[in-house]
Amino acid sequence: MDKKRICELSIIANKVRKNALTAVYTPNSGHPGGSLSIADILTLLYFEVMNIDPKNPQNPDRDRFVLSKGHTAPALYSVLAERGFFPVDDIKTFRNISSYLQGHPDMKGVPGVDMSTGSLGQGVCAAGGMALSAKLDNKDFRVYTILGDGELEEGQVWEQAMFAAHYKLDNLTAFIDFNGLQIDGDVTQVMNPTPIDKKFEAFGWHVITCSAHDFNELENAVNEAKNTKGKPTAIIMKSVKGKNVSFMENQAGWHGAAPNKEQYEQAITELDEIINKLEVEYNG
Amino acid sequence: MAKKATRESYGAALVEYGADKSVIVLDADLSKSTKTEMFKKAYPERFINMGIAESNMMSVAAGLASTGKTVFASSFAMFAAGRAFEQIRNSISYPNLNVKIGATHAGISVGEDGATHQCLEDIALMRTLPNMVIINPADDIEAMQCVKAAIDHKGPVYMRFGRLAVEDINAPDYKFELGKGVTLSEGNDVTIIATGLMVGEALKAKDMLKNDGINARVINIHTIKPIDEEIIAKAAKETGAIVTCEEHYIMGGLGSAVCEVVCNTCPVPVKIIGTDRYGKSGKPADLMAEYGLTAENIVKNAKEAISKKA
Repeated sequence: MDKKRICELSIIANKVRKNALTAVYTPNSGHPGGSLSIADILTLLYFEVMNIDPKNPQNPDRDRFVLSKGHTAPALYSVLAERGFFPVDDIKTFRNISSYLQGHPDMKGVPGVDMSTGSLGQGVCAAGGMALSAKLDNKDFRVYTILGDGELEEGQVWEQAMFAAHYKLDNLTAFIDFNGLQIDGDVTQVMNPTPIDKKFEAFGWHVITCSAHDFNELENAVNEAKNTKGKPTAIIMKSVKGKNVSFMENQAGWHGAAPNKEQYEQAITELDEIINKLEVEYNG
Repeated sequence: MAKKATRESYGAALVEYGADKSVIVLDADLSKSTKTEMFKKAYPERFINMGIAESNMMSVAAGLASTGKTVFASSFAMFAAGRAFEQIRNSISYPNLNVKIGATHAGISVGEDGATHQCLEDIALMRTLPNMVIINPADDIEAMQCVKAAIDHKGPVYMRFGRLAVEDINAPDYKFELGKGVTLSEGNDVTIIATGLMVGEALKAKDMLKNDGINARVINIHTIKPIDEEIIAKAAKETGAIVTCEEHYIMGGLGSAVCEVVCNTCPVPVKIIGTDRYGKSGKPADLMAEYGLTAENIVKNAKEAISKKA
């Protein structure tokens, strides 16, 4: 990917981070940490990889995306808004009683949301159902899903891991947001899901490990998944929970807590600084 | 008279009405028992074995349905409504997806397998879900047509089938209508409202009551949700006493649904026949007798309900 494009995508990703924080700040409720860690991959998927059209969100041949870690809806809504599925300003209505932007993704109410999620473990399985549908109809749409690392503790994830390999769903790509933290702390202390790579390999998946915050690595991984035939691909993304907000990075406490006014303003200032630098780089 | 288990009807109906290529049938390693193997034989390319993984099956069904498929997800009632309840709630019912749950081996008439396999709470669980339609057919004829109705209905449907062969109670020209109760026998002294294999017992009880000079109305409620409020309210008003019977816990099933209607329209005495404890191993007929799911117990309860009339 050329440097200008990386710059552009980085700017969008950090706007997504800002919007995700605004989403959580306004109702004083939501999940910022894991939203910030997946902003880059969501930006890559919606601006570079996926065959989607904001004007025709129900196109039956579109690529699908399922946010299996549904609590990070702020990031998903923000990228959908940036991509033009609905007005960016609506982000401020997140979790409000009169809003269509539910606390967890609602496929019936939000343009661009392909599956209602929120109960961990179920999204990846629904994504497997979509991938199977494409196979049954000889359609070439692809299905992408993002799981949390803590989510891997849900048993039905591994039912799906067995299923997707058994039915050779090579049109299914599952990203693991490996930020190492869940609500009660370090994932290896709460209920160790590692080694994640060896587990998926043992289940018959192609496995790639990369950084969650490097567009070149992410793009290469996505392309490798596309070119992998006969098995699904798991892309284990090493990520930073709370990425790009200094006081939120690598803090489990920011899993499901909203920033106060002072914290919100500081976070926006930090992200604006990053965006300004990127714009200078882009124009220079 | 013909005798057939409604699970057999389920398998046959999937073959008969499942020709459209949008119909996909999932099963969790029980196709020989749920009879989806009949569909597998007819349309192998549209039959998916999920292995013993009901949670994944329900979520996969949701994903398939989101792409426009009409999906049948099949297992024993215990593992469909019980084990996968939350997947049905969050991935199927909440987004109102077009998934039909074919739940066989419901109720105590499962017999020898015992309590772990005798699902007596599925109606209660499914009744709590907005968007969900619940059908509990009484015989082969009704079961066949309920599958067709489920295909025609857009949205989630829970179909409850039995393991045990039951006699036909409907005529061959019977027309199933989703959400409409069926008056099988007129009478004005008491109403017996039954569902599933208890409809046959209700008809026997009606004949026994007749010998005692009591004219019982018999209503078959095959669609438990949405329930036919009109036929129930009318029965309450015209007969003044009701007995409900089902192969299910007393709490949350047909009896509860009938009481909700009666309370809101025409309060009259209602006796609920069902169970209030776990099942156990035994021959189906012996279990039905021990748990009070018999014509004799319906007669006893009908008389009690009549004695409580205002």
